[in-house]
Amino acid sequence: MSTPRYVVGIDLGTTHTALAYALIQDDPTKPAPPVEVLGVPQLVAQGTVESRELLPSFFYVAHESDGPQALPWDKKRTYVVGEHARTRGVDAPARVITSAKSWLCHPTVDRRGAILPAGAPEDVERISPVEASWRYLEHLIEAWDHVVAKGDPELALSKQSVVLTVPASFDAAARELTTEAAYAAGLEELTLLEEPQAAFYAWLAMRGDQWRKDVKVGDAVLVVDVGGGTTDFSVIAAVEKDGELALERVAVGDHILLGGDNMDLLLAHVVEQKMLAEAEAAGKTLELDRWQRVALQHAARAAKEKLLGDSKAKTAPIAIAGKGSKLVGSTLRAELTRDEVTRAIVDGFFPVVDADARPATRARAALTQLGLPYAQDPAVTKHLAALLARHADALEKVAGGAAPAAAATSGKKGAAAAPKMLHPTRILFNGGVMKSGVLRERLVSCLTTWMASEGAPAPLMLEGTDLDLAVARGAAAYGLARRGRGVRIRGGTGRAYYVGIEGAVPAIPGLEPPVTALCVAPFGMEEGTASEVPGQELGVVVGEKVRFRFFGSSVRRKDAVGTALERWKSDELDELAPIEVDLPAEGRSQGDVVPVRLRSSVTEVGTLLLEAVPLQPRKKDERWKVELSVRAD
Amino acid sequence: MSDPSSLPFLTRLWFAYVVFFRVLFNGEYAAQLHSPKALPEAKPEPKLPPKAEPKPAAKPEPAAPNQDAALQLLALLQREGRFVDFLEEDVTSFADADIGAAARVVHSGCRKALRDHVKLEPVRTEEEGARVTLEEPLDAAAVKLTGNVQGKGPFSGTLRHRGWKAAEITMPTAVAGHDARILAQAEVEL
Repeated sequence: MSTPRYVVGIDLGTTHTALAYALIQDDPTKPAPPVEVLGVPQLVAQGTVESRELLPSFFYVAHESDGPQALPWDKKRTYVVGEHARTRGVDAPARVITSAKSWLCHPTVDRRGAILPAGAPEDVERISPVEASWRYLEHLIEAWDHVVAKGDPELALSKQSVVLTVPASFDAAARELTTEAAYAAGLEELTLLEEPQAAFYAWLAMRGDQWRKDVKVGDAVLVVDVGGGTTDFSVIAAVEKDGELALERVAVGDHILLGGDNMDLLLAHVVEQKMLAEAEAAGKTLELDRWQRVALQHAARAAKEKLLGDSKAKTAPIAIAGKGSKLVGSTLRAELTRDEVTRAIVDGFFPVVDADARPATRARAALTQLGLPYAQDPAVTKHLAALLARHADALEKVAGGAAPAAAATSGKKGAAAAPKMLHPTRILFNGGVMKSGVLRERLVSCLTTWMASEGAPAPLMLEGTDLDLAVARGAAAYGLARRGRGVRIRGGTGRAYYVGIEGAVPAIPGLEPPVTALCVAPFGMEEGTASEVPGQELGVVVGEKVRFRFFGSSVRRKDAVGTALERWKSDELDELAPIEVDLPAEGRSQGDVVPVRLRSSVTEVGTLLLEAVPLQPRKKDERWKVELSVRAD
Repeated sequence: MSDPSSLPFLTRLWFAYVVFFRVLFNGEYAAQLHSPKALPEAKPEPKLPPKAEPKPAAKPEPAAPNQDAALQLLALLQREGRFVDFLEEDVTSFADADIGAAARVVHSGCRKALRDHVKLEPVRTEEEGARVTLEEPLDAAAVKLTGNVQGKGPFSGTLRHRGWKAAEITMPTAVAGHDARILAQAEVEL
């Protein structure tokens, strides 16, 4: 493989994808090279190509009548990725794939199966969630090769050092599927990075050496990332290690399918109800068609951004054009007031709640859509309170043993009272939704109240990054950091992983056999490390697929490899999609039971690798890969 | 360029576009234009030939690429802001409120299209109404003298219109084989 010339950061988002890059500068005495964002050529309308910094993560399966969907590098393409695919999503929704990334972390569907677009007509050729992600990455590769490499094989994106971001809340299987898509697209040198960390790297890169003034030993930085489709939290602690300031990711939140799109949908609903009421009062009938609803959603988003920005505007006008060529007379008018936005968005999604508030788990019909497990409680603040409470002790264990400032302050009040929640001292926002000053203030004020109730100081906001492109930029900055330029965040796996082993007890009808959870990878297992799981042997049948239940925990930080849990609290362990070992018959006879031990490692790419190692190997280094991303029954 | 009938198509299009919105949103300006007597005074005409070189159009040979650029621009304004729909509609019988509602669609869409594709700068950076002094030689393409025009420079006067300059223009690339004359596809719902 040739030496890469660029580090490339790719933000493969639920709604948008972006690519940032920087030249690799091996001489450390020279200033760090600037990080730039690639303008991605894409179809923006039938027959029209434009370069945009964001590539909408939408996939349109073109119909015969559309003709070829030509790109500068492919005249005969039969599908579209990007802006045109998104707009076709309004005209021909059954042929468009949206939110492929959310399907990628859906444990109860076959993520390698051709299931998208969900509910498409018979003649539409379906693809898998993995393939959709692969097509988005492929588009970036082709765009890069067209714009930057221009035919030079040395400069091709597949030869560059690529950092691909995933949500911090992605489990091991979803991470593996993401890399599978990247390899299928043709990337070779790949590393995964968690999105909130990427956002923090972007901030570090922007601050240069100044960041050490804003973040000191003992600080805990809460990263709040609310994008179009998902909400992701992480906490990064600044600790002292070997006399130096080091950064360590100490907590990650759960995967919450809740984002700006939900907010726009709700707002559109509010406006629609208002228009219907007005029409009724005037004795008219009004019915919005699909296009008008989508146009309304766009208009509501624009109005929301205007009202939730820092402007003093009290109202924002909304106008929605009809579908025909007659515009005047068929255009619908409405107005969105500051009160309505405040009620729907600020109080609806970011309500002021107490520190002990928790997300409700009842179904909310208005926010669900067939198939994806959307968050049941839209209150971001409740999800945040739950995260901080679950990780109340996260700062105790951080490396270096330096007493974190947050813990010290709560200690002052009463040495015996353990803090009820983690105390962040800094807060960094990311994602399009958090561009709103009103929403940032709301979150900060909630945090301040919670901290005050525990006698901890109010967190300070870290500012200055472009919230749409920070993840891609930060990923590229991380690529440079890996090459010795700048500080790195240590973290390792954000969960501990367990294999469920059924106890050998006589079957009792109606009673599930007790399950022991065997820890196979500890919390914070770092990339490039491996460990054999001691103790328990597993029996695997040759030539048959053997499944095991699989669990993850983001809170059990102290379990070492080999720890066997007989019981646990219901919110400590989450059951993930099962894992599967398929032993080839070679050298052994079909049906034999082979005793194996498990071996876990975190690859250089950043994925978890589980292997079954036979106790009596037939050849040197004999081992079989354990499949993580299996469809649950 | 003094005879308006000789203005290239693109320039006329831009001019129509800009004047259209000024008339719509600036009552005073509209009144000035409306009253023929006032016309000579109300002339701070936006000079905005986009960089798509209008000059070759004057040459005798057929200027096919230019036409495509104009068509693309129209398609863009139609796509983003329903521009052609709006201009082609007879608005005389509608109430101002209806026209205003439609104008919002056209304004927000066309404005987005304009800002995404053309980087606009004022020709003069001073505030309108400020006193300015112009040294010789005068850039006739960028500055127009109005009112009591006589004598030699330096000229001292009041800035009536700051002018507009397209500092940068990025048009979409048309895919080969795409019929640029189709500004908006007909739509048939199945």
